[in-house]
Amino acid sequence: MTTRIGVVTFPGSLDDSDARRAVRIAGGEAVALWHRDKDLRKQQVDAIVLPGGFSYGDYLRCGAIARFSPIMESVVEQAKAGMPVLGICNGFQILCETHLLPGALTRNDHLHFVCRDQRLRVENATTAWTSDYADGQEIVVPLKNGEGGYVADERTLDELEGEGRVVFRYLDGNPNGSRRDIAGITNEAGNVVGLMPHPEHAVEALTGPTTDGLGFFTSALKKLVAS
Amino acid sequence: MARVVVDVMLKPEILDPQGQAVQRALPRLGFEGVSDVRQGKRFELEVEGPVDGDALARIHELAETFLANTVIEDFTVRVQDADGNERPVEAGTDAASEGAVA
Repeated sequence: MTTRIGVVTFPGSLDDSDARRAVRIAGGEAVALWHRDKDLRKQQVDAIVLPGGFSYGDYLRCGAIARFSPIMESVVEQAKAGMPVLGICNGFQILCETHLLPGALTRNDHLHFVCRDQRLRVENATTAWTSDYADGQEIVVPLKNGEGGYVADERTLDELEGEGRVVFRYLDGNPNGSRRDIAGITNEAGNVVGLMPHPEHAVEALTGPTTDGLGFFTSALKKLVAS
Repeated sequence: MARVVVDVMLKPEILDPQGQAVQRALPRLGFEGVSDVRQGKRFELEVEGPVDGDALARIHELAETFLANTVIEDFTVRVQDADGNERPVEAGTDAASEGAVA
C-alpha cells in the first residue's frame, strides 16, 4: 500500500498543490484534505502537511484563525499521538498558534516581504521530516514571507538549543530577524516540524532552484514504511 | 448592550518594527519629540446581556486564547459605560464581579 500524506487546504492556502506534488514526486500518495474535514481517521492518512499561504487572509494574526478550523482538533490529536506533521511557512505559523510548537512568528524586522533562494543548515537530521539529510548538511530552498521572524523567550530558545530542537538555521544572513537565525524547529518527540522556507518548491530541477527539498518528503515516507 | 474593549499590545521585549517605522516617519513629517511608538490592536466587543463577572471571565478567556497570542502579546480588558468612560477589569477577581453593568 502506498503511504498517504494529507495536505490541508484552508481558505487562503497557496502552496497546497505544490505540497501534494512534492509528495507524489517523492513516491507517496497525496491526499487533499479540506479544513472542514472533522475526522482525520476517515481519510486514513499517515502524515499531514500544513502548507504555505495566507489562511484567512492573515487576519488577526498569521494562522490564528486557521488554528480553530474543524480539522485542526484532529490534527493536534494525531500529532500528539505521534503522526508526522510538517508545517511550512503559514503552516509553521499555524503550528505555533496551536502550541504544538513553541514560540511565534512576527513581522520581518525590516518590514519587507522576502522572496529569495535561501541557504539553510540542517541542525537535526533525526526528525520524521529530516532523516534523509545529514547533520550539518547545507541545502537551498525558496523562502518567501512577510512575517517570518521567529521569536520565543530566552528560556524557550535555550531549551530548543539544548534539546537539539532547532532543525534548520539560516545561512548567508538572517532574512527576517529570527532569533538565533532559527528557520525551523521540532517538538520534543521529533514528529512535528515547522519551518518558514519552502522545501515543496525545490523538488525538481525544472521548477526549483535545487531538488534539496525532496528529502523532507522522502524522510517521512521512509519513516512511515519502516514503522 | 454594553461595550467591552480589549487592547492587545506586543510585549515590551518583542521588537515592533511597525511602531519603529511610524516613529521614524514622525520627524520627516515635522512632528518632533516622540521617542518611541508601539503599535497594537483594539477590539470593541458589543456584548449582549449584562456584563457581569461570568461574562467578563468569558471575554478574558476569548482574549487570552484568540484575540491575543500571549507568547508575544499582552492584553487588557475594559468595560465602557454609557458615557464612554472605560474601566479596567481583571477576570477571576472581585473587581470583575463588581464590574457588572446592567
